[in-house]
Amino acid sequence: MTTSLALDIGLAGLILAIGIWTVFARDSLAAVIGFVGYGLLLAIIWVRLSAPDVALTEAAIGSGMTGMLLLGAAARLRPAGNQSTRTSLGGRFAIGVLCGMISAGLAIAILFPPESIPSLAPTVMQNLAPSGLGNPVAGVLFVFRALDTLLEKVVLILALLGVWSLATDRAWGGVPGLRIYLEPSNTLTFLAQLLPPVGVVVGVYMCWVGANVPGGAFQGGTVLAAMWLLVMIAGLRNVPRIDGFWLRFLLVIGPVIFLAIGLAGFVLADSFLAYPAGYAKPLIVAVEVALTLSIAVTLGMLGAGPPERSRHS
Amino acid sequence: MNILLNIFTVLAVVAGAFFFLAGTVGLLRFPDTLTRLHAITKADNLGLGLIILGLLPLTSGPIQALKMISVWLLVQLSGAIVTQLIARAVRLRGLQE
Amino acid sequence: MTSFLVGTAGFVLGMAALGLVGIFVRPGETDRLMAAQLLGTDSIAGLLLLSITTETPSIVDVALMLALLAAFAAVAFVRSATSGGESDVAEETRRP
Repeated sequence: MTTSLALDIGLAGLILAIGIWTVFARDSLAAVIGFVGYGLLLAIIWVRLSAPDVALTEAAIGSGMTGMLLLGAAARLRPAGNQSTRTSLGGRFAIGVLCGMISAGLAIAILFPPESIPSLAPTVMQNLAPSGLGNPVAGVLFVFRALDTLLEKVVLILALLGVWSLATDRAWGGVPGLRIYLEPSNTLTFLAQLLPPVGVVVGVYMCWVGANVPGGAFQGGTVLAAMWLLVMIAGLRNVPRIDGFWLRFLLVIGPVIFLAIGLAGFVLADSFLAYPAGYAKPLIVAVEVALTLSIAVTLGMLGAGPPERSRHS
Repeated sequence: MNILLNIFTVLAVVAGAFFFLAGTVGLLRFPDTLTRLHAITKADNLGLGLIILGLLPLTSGPIQALKMISVWLLVQLSGAIVTQLIARAVRLRGLQE
Repeated sequence: MTSFLVGTAGFVLGMAALGLVGIFVRPGETDRLMAAQLLGTDSIAGLLLLSITTETPSIVDVALMLALLAAFAAVAFVRSATSGGESDVAEETRRP
């Protein structure tokens, strides 16, 4: 048994243990902490599977962002008494059976693969050069399957609208009720003044470098959103009102520019979301920059929650 | 030269791993939350620093080495501050055994 | 050298596992706050070792990302543990 195999087996066992612990955790804080730990380990597993782009996204979304969103959701449920929503035994049994079937299907697919494994990877690598990109993942996201990426960004905005729709009528257009750290804390202020500059540099770096090596708009945007949330939690900046012009402008600028370039593809190139020859990389970089801003603002507002204070107070 | 660098790497990485072991042993054996915080922050950060020191000769260039050192500095910084925050939370909720 | 470094990565992650077992077995809620810190530091060490063994420089970026976001996640945990679960708006309207 080589050391690599031992490491992988150990990782698999550890992540199973954390997963099981998260399912059986007593209270919501423990469960969320378990889930965040699960996300951190999953990032390492993606690295072991030679998928650094996915590992970056998992480390960004699966650890920090999802933890924050789940904690916010759990906090909103606490006054309602969240212990009373256990599903019936039959329901849980059915869920277990379905999960088991999915696991069995995945196991069969991996243990008994077909003779020639269908893969588009060689085709992607052959056709990557004309676009000027060096990262095949960026190529798939912005050149070959650009429509999916565009729709994903729209889905993100729809999710934000869903969160905002939880506001009362009185509070619509007002300030989200992000829970600021209650007591004035010099330590947290220090962290919120020191970490965000580093985070902004890392976020911009992630977005910029994603054309050639693992990275990209999503990872960079998430780091920026986390830094913005940190500044708001420490009370150094006010949470913006949701009807502010600049906020809404930054929210939609990414998908709008993406859509505009896609529509321009009708005129300048062959079809929707086609890039004119030689201009692919600058256009893609422009789209990525705009998307990074939009994703950062969207995820930040998702973390801030629905509006609770009306704009007139 | 190569042999010397390899020996240096092995020694530094072993020392780093030892400090990680010390940190975890402290986490399991120390009597209360605040002392356990000491264990996982100080010992683990020192272990990380030693491991990074040992990996420096093996990096593919100065940029990667600088990145690793900045990761260590970032972990130091955030670790120190987050530990203070956790300790304050512990004090607010009362020490639990 | 490669298998030695991979073995060290496995050892460090094993230490994280042991630490997690110690944290989660204890009944106190405050111990859980340390889980993000512990797992974050150990994962970063493991990832840096793996980046050298597999000669993939981009894994250092993953470690950098983890460092930033583990700090953010820890702040979110601590805030949740100390805020008592109400939004600051509700707190303000409750205070006289």
